[in-house]
Amino acid sequence: MLTMNLEGLEMIAVLVVVVLFVKVLEQFGLLESGYDDSVEDELELSAVRHRPEGLEQLEAQTRFSRKELQILYRGFKNECPSGVVNEDTFKDIYSQFFPQGDASTYAHFLFNAFDTDHNGSVSFEDFVMGLSILLRGTVQEKLNWAFNLYDINKDGYITKEEMLDIMKAIYDMMGKCTYPVLKEETPRQHVEVFFQKMDKNKDGVVTIDEFIDCCQNDENIMRSMHLFENVL
Amino acid sequence: MATGVAAWLPFARAAAIGWMPVANCPMPIAPRDNSKKQDELIILNVSGRRFQTWRTTLDRYPDTLLGSSEKDFFYNEETKEYFFDRDPDAFRSILNFYRTGKLHYPRHECISAYDEELTFFGIIPEIIGDCCYEEYKDRKRENLERLQDDQEENMDLKMPNMNFRETMWRAFENPHTSTMALVFYYVTGFFIAVSVITNVVETVPCGATANQKDMPCGERYTVAFFCMDTACVMIFTVEYLLRLFAAPSRYRFMRSVMSIIDVVAILPYYIGLVMTNNEDVSGAFVTLRVFRVFRIFKFSRHSQGLRILGYTLKSCASELGFLLFSLTMAIIIFATVMFYAEKGSSSSKFTSIPASFWYTIVTMTTLGYGDMVPKTIAGKIFGSICSLSGVLVIALPVPVIVSNFSRIYHQNQRADKRRAQKKARLARIRIAKSGSANAFLQSKHNGLLNELLELTGTEEDEQKLTQKSISLLESQHHHLLHCLEKTTAHEFVDEQIYEQNCLETALQTYPSRSPSVSSHDSSTRTCCSRKRKRNVPLPNTSLPTTHSTHQGPLQELSAIHIQCGDPLSHTASRSNLNLKTDESSRINCKSGRITTAIISLPTPPALTPDGDGLHGPPQRRPPRPPSHPPPLSIQTTTSSAGANIVKVSAL
Repeated sequence: MLTMNLEGLEMIAVLVVVVLFVKVLEQFGLLESGYDDSVEDELELSAVRHRPEGLEQLEAQTRFSRKELQILYRGFKNECPSGVVNEDTFKDIYSQFFPQGDASTYAHFLFNAFDTDHNGSVSFEDFVMGLSILLRGTVQEKLNWAFNLYDINKDGYITKEEMLDIMKAIYDMMGKCTYPVLKEETPRQHVEVFFQKMDKNKDGVVTIDEFIDCCQNDENIMRSMHLFENVL
Repeated sequence: MATGVAAWLPFARAAAIGWMPVANCPMPIAPRDNSKKQDELIILNVSGRRFQTWRTTLDRYPDTLLGSSEKDFFYNEETKEYFFDRDPDAFRSILNFYRTGKLHYPRHECISAYDEELTFFGIIPEIIGDCCYEEYKDRKRENLERLQDDQEENMDLKMPNMNFRETMWRAFENPHTSTMALVFYYVTGFFIAVSVITNVVETVPCGATANQKDMPCGERYTVAFFCMDTACVMIFTVEYLLRLFAAPSRYRFMRSVMSIIDVVAILPYYIGLVMTNNEDVSGAFVTLRVFRVFRIFKFSRHSQGLRILGYTLKSCASELGFLLFSLTMAIIIFATVMFYAEKGSSSSKFTSIPASFWYTIVTMTTLGYGDMVPKTIAGKIFGSICSLSGVLVIALPVPVIVSNFSRIYHQNQRADKRRAQKKARLARIRIAKSGSANAFLQSKHNGLLNELLELTGTEEDEQKLTQKSISLLESQHHHLLHCLEKTTAHEFVDEQIYEQNCLETALQTYPSRSPSVSSHDSSTRTCCSRKRKRNVPLPNTSLPTTHSTHQGPLQELSAIHIQCGDPLSHTASRSNLNLKTDESSRINCKSGRITTAIISLPTPPALTPDGDGLHGPPQRRPPRPPSHPPPLSIQTTTSSAGANIVKVSAL
């Protein structure tokens, strides 16, 4: 019987039958075929939860009163019930304030500035520390924070490229419909102006001291630092 | 800006410090927040269930009721809370909207109730979140359809002024509107059936005659069948022309499916008439005869189920298309495979791929005629795979079509059920309404009764008088109606009295009084009452009130009432004869008094109070006047107390 000449089509036919047979066996669990990752998928979802430190600790660490912390936390937890903000949510929230343009790039930089421990998510402590500096900090601290924002790779120097990125991100938030019309080189020009003002020794980078010095001598900047003091 | 993220605005503003060093111009001044209120809890009391939330939560959406100052209208000073007299269950979703920024639609809520709540609180339904939006829209659509159905029903019943053409069109579309239409409907149905049966019987072999073999009946009794065919086609042609004439938009009618079917049904006959018995065209002639079978589709006007089926097939066009496409693909694949598999075997029936199509179709639909059978092993294997997959491929789109059909069918059934229930519902509602209208007349009657009784001073009557304690609301309402009556110097009356009066004013007045009149009265009364019995039944009134319209003001009648203080008089006894089954009836009026009181009447004859009474309180027969007057007709009404008050109507 097995000396039959299996011709082409017959071979294919037999192959098909064999494949079907194997599939049926798999269904019955008699043949495992390496689907191991199905179990692990389910564990991922439940890991992301975060509870902040106690109210007293936060009160000590920041300059907010108890009531203010309560209000802040309620708002925070309302938007992010899991207790942490990841970058996409952050971008979403921030973009809602700037409907005309694209705020995602700037939000990305902001996120990095808030995420001080660089773990990819902003918890309530990060959030409230950042806000404490911005709203209740000294001018020195605020300027420090701003420098940190501009310094994308956190090496202590602001290069022209970094500044250009920041500038483009800010101008992106404006969107298309501006007056006068935004041109391609506007961010670049703005960066030039900034560097002319800030870079005292003309070495192409701005250090923290140059930055703080220069800002403290500029009246406009000083005045605007106090602008948002009564936000909360 | 989506105010759901209003909590993050302080953060965004704080982060704006990052722009400051880069800016070249001075910044604008920040707005001052003068209301340095602490965030406070607001209590919202919705029908007793208390909800509490922060004020800032509600302030997120300032263009809704709760977020604006509109809620101050609902503030309760004593309890220091906002009280809303609404459904607390629906309020939950609304408050959740403020909290989370997403509006959800609870599935167990009725859609119109929910819509009303949303409107009340000033929230537009379009912001319902994606999770619930589809469900919401589906339910809304269903509701709309139901409302549209009702509207169409109403439209059918109205339209009093239609010209002949519109009447005819309506008769065609809804056979139940008139008898003629119904007759026409059945006649056409009968002729369609006859025509179809004729076509079928034509081909049956009729039995051999002596010298010929079996012939179909059509050829044997050619004339008879021809006459039958002619008759049917005549009817169909007439029907088609009538419809064409009556159609509101002829162009649209001619393009509609039913009209095309009509045309296709009758054309073969005419073409057959025109063509002679040429040999070369007789083939085409035979084809034309096939089209006669389309007459059976004319039945779809008569059967709603057929229409539903057609509509379903039309609406499932995409599923049907998919079914067809997948079947075609499978057929081609398997036919090719079978052809090549069977190529080797001798005397194989699979001569070409198209020839294998037949085998594939027969196998996939599990028919299995057995006229083509694979003989090689490969052929058998692929053949079995073919039949297994055929079952699957066909079984998949079919439930979609079935569920579509089921949905449309149930929708239609619901429409029918609603229509059937509607009549009963409307009747009951109408009765309830007329009950309230009669309540006013009732109370007036009671009021007059009270006055009368005060004058007569009979105590037993007072006891017998039903002391209906009217609520404050009702009494105010009645007072309002009374004021209206005074304003317009007209009164509200019963339907029956109104009809009576119309009737009386239409007839001539002449003085006549004779004893025979009363019997005449009774006869007329009975026949009138019989005739009028189908008018308004008053189930809620415990006693039928009659109140006649009088040309003069109300005071005249009151005068009459006051004067009718005497008990039964002799002349009244005759009217007693007319009163049936009312032992407690008394006519309190003297005839003479009545005459003198009604000076305004044109012809003051000597009167006998021909009362045709109201026959007992519990009966529902309306009081009937004599249709041939005595110029004065006196109607007596008996209250449940048994006191008779004679009211007079003027002619």
